[in-house]
Amino acid sequence: MIKFLLKGIIGDKNRSLLPIIIISIGVSLTVLLSGYIKGAMGDIIDQNARFDTGHVKVMTKAYAENKDQLPNDLAIMSVDSLLDQLKNNYPEINWVKRIKFGGIIDVPDANGDTKGQGPASGMAFELFSKTSGEIKRMNLQTAVVNGALPTKSGEALIGQEFIEKLGLNIGDEVTYFGSTMNGSMTFKNFKVTGSIRFGTPALDKGAIIVDITDAQNMLDMENASGEILGYQPNEIYNHENAKLLADSFNTSVGNTTDEYAPVMIPLKDQNNLASYLDYVDVYTGLFVTIFIIVMSIVLWNTGLLGGLRRYQEFGIRLALGEAKGHIYKTMIYEAILIGVIGSVLGSLVGLGFTYYMQIVGIDIGEMLENSTMLMPSVIRAKVTPSLFYIGFIPGLFAMVLGTALSGIGIYKRETATLFKELEV
Amino acid sequence: MKLKYITIIAIFTGSISFSNAQEGVEILRKVDANMSSNTQVTETQMIIYGKRNSRTVVSKGYSEGEKRSFSEYLSPAREKGTKMLKLEDRLWIYSPSTDRTVQLSGHMLRQSVMGSDLSYEDMMEDRKLEEMYTVQIIGEATIDSRKVWILDMKAKVDDVSYVNRKAWIDQERFVPLKEELYAKSGQLLKRVVMSDISQIDGRWYPKKMNYKDVLKDGKGTDFVVVDIKFNEEIPDYLFSKAALKK
Repeated sequence: MIKFLLKGIIGDKNRSLLPIIIISIGVSLTVLLSGYIKGAMGDIIDQNARFDTGHVKVMTKAYAENKDQLPNDLAIMSVDSLLDQLKNNYPEINWVKRIKFGGIIDVPDANGDTKGQGPASGMAFELFSKTSGEIKRMNLQTAVVNGALPTKSGEALIGQEFIEKLGLNIGDEVTYFGSTMNGSMTFKNFKVTGSIRFGTPALDKGAIIVDITDAQNMLDMENASGEILGYQPNEIYNHENAKLLADSFNTSVGNTTDEYAPVMIPLKDQNNLASYLDYVDVYTGLFVTIFIIVMSIVLWNTGLLGGLRRYQEFGIRLALGEAKGHIYKTMIYEAILIGVIGSVLGSLVGLGFTYYMQIVGIDIGEMLENSTMLMPSVIRAKVTPSLFYIGFIPGLFAMVLGTALSGIGIYKRETATLFKELEV
Repeated sequence: MKLKYITIIAIFTGSISFSNAQEGVEILRKVDANMSSNTQVTETQMIIYGKRNSRTVVSKGYSEGEKRSFSEYLSPAREKGTKMLKLEDRLWIYSPSTDRTVQLSGHMLRQSVMGSDLSYEDMMEDRKLEEMYTVQIIGEATIDSRKVWILDMKAKVDDVSYVNRKAWIDQERFVPLKEELYAKSGQLLKRVVMSDISQIDGRWYPKKMNYKDVLKDGKGTDFVVVDIKFNEEIPDYLFSKAALKK
């Protein structure tokens, strides 16, 4: 039967070509858009996890409430004992300390007077630790444009744009000027060991990266840290596990009114990421639904046209005694075959384009120049296992639905008038 | 006939407003006479109330008119030896730990000084109110059983830190007891409460001022004048960048 139908489909191209083209276009667009949305969201989540949220983040309650203001005065005190406790209780997680700080980077001229300066957006990582994995996690080696990573106290990486703007060279000295966690004025000279570019404007503007011990020292934060970030095994985020972990930790801390008590928050509950992810799910679902409806209408129309073209054929088949139900069934089988061919072709084309967009991406750097949102400047698609079926199922369904709707006409044919119709 | 009445009312209202403004300027002049001098040498304590702890920063300051000032921080240890020099609208800060002099200008002058509720601009401002603002008396009130005028001041020059300010002026001593400082948008930025009004060298002067940045939590910053000398001679070298590193 399938062989017979295939012969018909291949032999009579008018019957199959247009529906296959329509389904292929629709399916490939669905695959490409889904892959692009997934890729973009994956990049944003990955970027947030690495730079800001971790897979879980521990802060004081007061810090968490004001975290956009970098409130180091509300940092976690006795951070090392809390870190030991976390490492003992949750050994599968990789725990690291982080400090973010603001201030001014001042560049001296030959006389030691200010040559140029700009706002600093500082990040302190455990750069000198051999177990933190921060250098690899932050892709720091790759992000260094010139020079090398700091290897000892008093050294820093500076944002490439800042280096260019102020005509700095590797090895020059800059002065950081800001406030300690107690609000005192603080100054520290750093030797520039390298320039860095993450490709994210929100991070690259005025970036200064130092080891956490230097930051603790200059900000009066000995044994204190703004945040402790936890990363799950293989750096892969699992929301269910992260939520369980956070619930377990928060329960162990208890329901205290102390605003400096630590609180653990999973990635998805930070930076409005949960709503972004929900939006993506809603829009992907909406897109697929709209695709099915539109395709079904188009294919219904195509089926009707085909039905008209094959009016005589159906008439003869009915006249020869073939049951209406059988003709309808063969039409549906035919639609399944056409749907499969179109969906396979569409999925292949869509996957091809998605893979291309995964390699090349779209550069939105110019749009992000003044953005404070943590997102990469090149948005890339991502080929995921779900793309292999996300377009296939609706493509097949739309074709079958369209044919099912247009095929209803067969049941309206009257055997009594068939011969009269066939004379025409 | 109607026109005649309208004209009379307009002239009457105008003359009231003119005399109100004149009286306001007169009050400002007397306030400036108390608060400003050719030179000032002060020793001050800045008590900064943080969320977790409080700090007291002691400094010695020298100022000459509105253009030049020099201050040195005496304690705590972290701040000791830090010096600030203001010449016109430029400010230099010297840090002994890095042996660097950093210049501040533009919007950076609006940053908080040492985590306090005072900005560098607040610290630097020593211009006569009469030169910066037009004034209207908008009411009278009583603060701590002292009768005050409420003055509404609007900037008449561009280079002021606060475009609008309201001041409650003691009617007898001509010192402000309270001030509210506003942004151009009308947003209240800071509230200053003056107390411990003392007579020094024949003029009334508030020895304690509580600055409260209304955009920040906490109880603000107390600025306490421990000692103040008016019209003292100040050596010229203090107002040079060379003095910062001495």
